[in-house]
Amino acid sequence: MSAERPGLRTSRPARYTLRFLALGYLAVLLLIPLGVILYRTFEPGIGEVWASITTPAAQSAFQLTLLAAGIAVVLNTIFGVLTALVLVRGRFPGRRFLDALVDLPFAVSPIVVGIALILVYGQTGWFGDTLENAGIQIIFSWPGIVLATVFVSLPFVAREVAPVLREIGDDQEQAAATLGASRWQIFWRITMPAIRWGVAYGVVLTTARAIGEFGAVSVVSGHIQGETQTLTLLVEQRFQNFDLAGAYAASAVLAVIALVTLLAMTLLNPRKDET
Amino acid sequence: MSAPAATSGPNDPTVRPRRRAKRAPAVRRVSAVGPLSIGIVTLWLSIIVLLPLAAVVVKSLDGGLDQFWNAISNRQAVAALRFTLIVSLVVTLINAVAGVLIAWVLVRDEFPGKRFVNALIDLPFALPTIVAGITLLALYGKDSPVGIDVSFTQTAVALALLFVTLPFVVRSVQPVLIEVDKDMEEAAASLGASGPTIFRRIILPNLVPAILSGCGLAFARAVGEFGSIILISGNIPFDTQVTSVYVFKQIESDAPISAAAVSVVLLFISLVVLFLIRSLGRWGARHER
Repeated sequence: MSAERPGLRTSRPARYTLRFLALGYLAVLLLIPLGVILYRTFEPGIGEVWASITTPAAQSAFQLTLLAAGIAVVLNTIFGVLTALVLVRGRFPGRRFLDALVDLPFAVSPIVVGIALILVYGQTGWFGDTLENAGIQIIFSWPGIVLATVFVSLPFVAREVAPVLREIGDDQEQAAATLGASRWQIFWRITMPAIRWGVAYGVVLTTARAIGEFGAVSVVSGHIQGETQTLTLLVEQRFQNFDLAGAYAASAVLAVIALVTLLAMTLLNPRKDET
Repeated sequence: MSAPAATSGPNDPTVRPRRRAKRAPAVRRVSAVGPLSIGIVTLWLSIIVLLPLAAVVVKSLDGGLDQFWNAISNRQAVAALRFTLIVSLVVTLINAVAGVLIAWVLVRDEFPGKRFVNALIDLPFALPTIVAGITLLALYGKDSPVGIDVSFTQTAVALALLFVTLPFVVRSVQPVLIEVDKDMEEAAASLGASGPTIFRRIILPNLVPAILSGCGLAFARAVGEFGSIILISGNIPFDTQVTSVYVFKQIESDAPISAAAVSVVLLFISLVVLFLIRSLGRWGARHER
């Protein structure tokens, strides 16, 4: 790499124009709107904001969001690492199909995800009768919200870990196997230490997506306040009820989570590439 | 400053490593994954992803092909789909230009606060979509502090889509731009080529696969987007109603077959885009060698 070579030289005015255009676009689209909403949120005072995000409805929304995100992160981390291993190291018919299947949740509209879950687990869905006889309610209850969250955040860990696995190759794993290590030992002593930053990065992305999901959750939730309302649904409900200050306050909580996520991504990214 | 931390866009399924680790000649290779692992992964993906999507397709045909056709050729559904496709295409084209511009400035320019700007690019991925909608409304809604009110217009839908799709092209072009061989640019410059010519003839051709794959992801995302649009669009049929919101309204008015049929159309579009991106990725990988 020719790090000290400047490559294409742009004249000073051209460089400033490009910089101005790029930064202007980002300011108008991202930064200024974010600034305005944070200003509006804290305009009435921090006490108001605190009161608004600690109402019983808000607390229960917070708990449900954490529950759904927690379950989604645990499941998608375990199965995501396994999926990456199978897709990268496995040789079996149908591998390409599975590989494509992992990407689907990125491309499918969240609304379609919601309907799909209703059609499987809803009252008139495929398993509707079976579930009703067993006394299990999934749609319009928290398990449906968890399923929707798991679906939309499914690919992140697998997609972050797979390239790392390809990059490190399997020579060390093969050597360990030759020396008599079991698959379990190989995974924990050799594979896992190599992919850990990739896993961590994937977990951050999964968490952010799980906490922020709106469309899919909105379809399956049933919007029962205090029971099946997540933070994002609370934001929408307050906004629709003309409780702007309340909507802004709940949005601010989500925005802070997003900013923490960004910080974690910025810190993890270089380490991920080192491995 | 060293090269900015270029993410392989978190949503980019096409990223492939540039070089594979050298494999030792196989003597007796032990498969790292057993049939049990393969079975578990197949089962997991089938239950979580495949089963629900299959249910949508089956449901859409519940009333026969006639009803399927009626559902998707309904005037309101067609209007919503047309608007969705057009606005997604416009947004994708704007992204192609703005994305390359931003990636260029982040890679080839130096200015204070560059790391901050680089981190900011991922904000739309991290910020919940409903918050994105409210955030845009705070500046461009009816209480706008700058007097611009676009709420309940088609412009508002485009704005929301531009917000949520911003990172795709930037994050797919950035790593390629970092790796571009600058010797060719130097050579072209020494032969008297102007800046714009060098960009168009030498740099841009290298970026095309990355731009296309970023655009594909942005387009797929835009077509299915819901959360950021629902508050800002006003959901006016034949005007600002997009397909995802139309489907949502169909469920609310208890028309599951119609909802499923239009969902199948959305699903089909995502599958086509996904297939194109993957083919592009393979084509790009082959041409790299």
